[in-house]
Amino acid sequence: METVARLAKSPAAIVGLLLLFLVVAMALTAPLVFPRDPLGLAGRPLQWPFVNSRFWLGTDTTGRDIAAQIFHGARISLLIGIVATLLAITIGIVLGALAGYYGGLVDDVLMRITEAFQTLPNFLLLLVLVAVFGSDIKTVTIAIGLVSWPASARLTRAEFLTLRSREFVQASRTLGMRDVQIIFREILPNALPPVIVYASVIMATAILLESALAFLNLSDPNVPSWGNLIGTGRSVLRTQWYVSAIPGIVILLTVLAVSLVGQGLNDALNPRLKRR
Amino acid sequence: MSAILTIDSLTVALPPGADRPRALENVSLELHPNEILCVVGESGSGKSMTAGAILGLLPDGVQAIAGKILLEGQDLLTLDDAQMQQIRGARIGMIFQEPMTALNPLRTIGDQIGEMFETHTTLRSSEIRARVLDLLRDVHIPDPEAARRAYPHELSGGQRQRAMIAMALALEPRVLIADEPTTALDVTTQAQILKLIRELQQRKGTAVLFITHDFGVVAEIADRVAVMQKGLLVEEGPAIDVLNDPQHPYTRALIAAVPPLVPPPPQMTGSEIILRIEHVSKTYRKGGLLARHRRVTHAVKDANLVLPRGGTLGIVGESGSGKSTLARCMVRLLDPDQGSIRLGDTDLASLSRKEMRAATRRIQMVYQDPFASLNPRRKAGELVAQGPIIHGETRERALARAKELFALVGLDPDSTERYPHEFSGGQRQRIGLARALALGPEVLVADEPVSALDVSVQAQVLRLLADLRKRLGLSMVFITHDLRVAAQICDRIAVMKDGEVVEEGLTAEVFTAPRHPYTKALLASVPGRDWTPPVSPDAVLALADTREFAPQLL
Repeated sequence: METVARLAKSPAAIVGLLLLFLVVAMALTAPLVFPRDPLGLAGRPLQWPFVNSRFWLGTDTTGRDIAAQIFHGARISLLIGIVATLLAITIGIVLGALAGYYGGLVDDVLMRITEAFQTLPNFLLLLVLVAVFGSDIKTVTIAIGLVSWPASARLTRAEFLTLRSREFVQASRTLGMRDVQIIFREILPNALPPVIVYASVIMATAILLESALAFLNLSDPNVPSWGNLIGTGRSVLRTQWYVSAIPGIVILLTVLAVSLVGQGLNDALNPRLKRR
Repeated sequence: MSAILTIDSLTVALPPGADRPRALENVSLELHPNEILCVVGESGSGKSMTAGAILGLLPDGVQAIAGKILLEGQDLLTLDDAQMQQIRGARIGMIFQEPMTALNPLRTIGDQIGEMFETHTTLRSSEIRARVLDLLRDVHIPDPEAARRAYPHELSGGQRQRAMIAMALALEPRVLIADEPTTALDVTTQAQILKLIRELQQRKGTAVLFITHDFGVVAEIADRVAVMQKGLLVEEGPAIDVLNDPQHPYTRALIAAVPPLVPPPPQMTGSEIILRIEHVSKTYRKGGLLARHRRVTHAVKDANLVLPRGGTLGIVGESGSGKSTLARCMVRLLDPDQGSIRLGDTDLASLSRKEMRAATRRIQMVYQDPFASLNPRRKAGELVAQGPIIHGETRERALARAKELFALVGLDPDSTERYPHEFSGGQRQRIGLARALALGPEVLVADEPVSALDVSVQAQVLRLLADLRKRLGLSMVFITHDLRVAAQICDRIAVMKDGEVVEEGLTAEVFTAPRHPYTKALLASVPGRDWTPPVSPDAVLALADTREFAPQLL
């Protein structure tokens, strides 16, 4: 509760929350506002925005409604962002917690694996995964989650390293608690705040990664994602730049919203750091 | 004799939202040349704020709003930062509690002392080097030439504090402010440092403002005493008078809370042995794959101890003596390398992890740090109920039992729904105790359970422990570095040094006729050992009824 109250005091967080609320609202209302298939042909191709009142954001190269794609794309982008982030921080927390709590050999092995993932550029790894397993939207989401976990693993490990030597952890052991209980029910809640803050960074990156894939025509072409729309506009970038620019701006705003909320969360969860 | 430093009705304001509006309220003190004035008080009494105000080193948001601080007639409160810079070090020296954090780890001791001369004088570097060596010799550092070239981490705690004193006295200031300079040190080192401060003070005629929470230290070193409570100066006078005939009720309560060094008459314990520790050893290995890079530390060497049922065994020793390692071996937080730890007829040392988890119900531990030993994300009642729930009790019954335990350890049973941060240090220690008792253990291992507490709270927790022991027939292993505390609560005492038990016996025997030279040295180092606190009955009564006395102290 205290956290929520502090969050509401930060102007950056409020702007972020408002923007995020708009994106969520778009995602929720998409089937009501644009009941037709957003990928279906709607009219003459390449109409400029604010010219035809039926297509207020114009149409793309194949005559699909850009506004409809933006609304429906919000669902895809948010879905990818949330699912990939959940996957990434789950992997990261489990590996980081085990490495940090047990230390020694377990730590060495798990951290070498993490480093192996970290040294590869994650977009390159993503391309490989998509190339091997196909570019179905589910595969793409899972692949994004799989390349995004190392940083959260390191963060969780660092938290566990400091927390595990605290006396309350020893007290849990002398009460006869099992390791699993100690790790996930006693230590983890104390280690979560920085990981939750970092989750917002992962989410923003996940949305960007999907867009980047789509720009290279490597994402799922059968879903109306913002990235796909940018990819479509690539061929007409010099004349009809708005096809790419509109989804580009929407992505920018969404990523900004998520980052602002993350920043606000950081200040709210670590009030002492902010005062410095 | 006229005062060299005069504090005249000083009032210091805390930022809004603090627990009280004023850190100091109308405090007046005089410090005369060639005397040691001890400022005593518990945490939050404002004693360190007084030092901060004199030095112009108050924390952000804290400000002196009224009064004067006169150093030889000059009001320090009217000076700006640059002018204060000229005074700090040159005219007022400072010694802090933790020499490791007060020294720069990246520069040699000689460099840092020399800096005093570079900042405040125009001496040439060869002269500075000679002066630094003289100073190090003055503070009796063994091998001053080597110490000059050493980095802070290469010296022991006591030597670092000596270096700090050398630095503080470099420019022969007429006033020295020492803020708890011996609190972080072991008792034998503390005795040496106190002696050194006394010696230098007498030789140079310095006026020393000595801040401490420890009445033993006061008895050891003070000429005059000022007692502070919550920002007010409640009593001031010559040390002999204040120590032996305190006037203010707060001073009386504080002094009554100081455990006398004389053990009370021993209580009868049965001959049955409940915990028997035989040949326990624990070594720590560090570093490298190659044998020659490995460092082996023998934390505990072949320890043999017995605890009679219903008795209390004190394990005393200085830091690094292995007493905490031994305690952690008893509850199997650490696995001993050798030896057996027999609780009844079970050898705890040979149990598997799973068997030990079940055996935890028979032996429980109370921890030192009241802030780190409770999970901040769990409610107090839950923390106490956890143990029984793990061992198969239903949640409702465990929570109901937690309320009973809260009452048993002197906490409000309705406070089980609160989180640890809403309790004070002493209350948290009671929660830790309730948590350990919830499993109904046969043996309680208490690792320095009162060393993080203020003296009045410490007295209450000790009284509670003694009371519980009587009522529940608890057997207890009590780890402490404080011989006064050990004298009051332990039936038997084991003295540890460098991992070995050097002496073991009945408390009264160990205190009156110590056999091992180290035990003798320890006893001779207890500050204020020649002073027996006058126990005024009304003060003890006031402390016994703690709620009435001062609920904020709990």
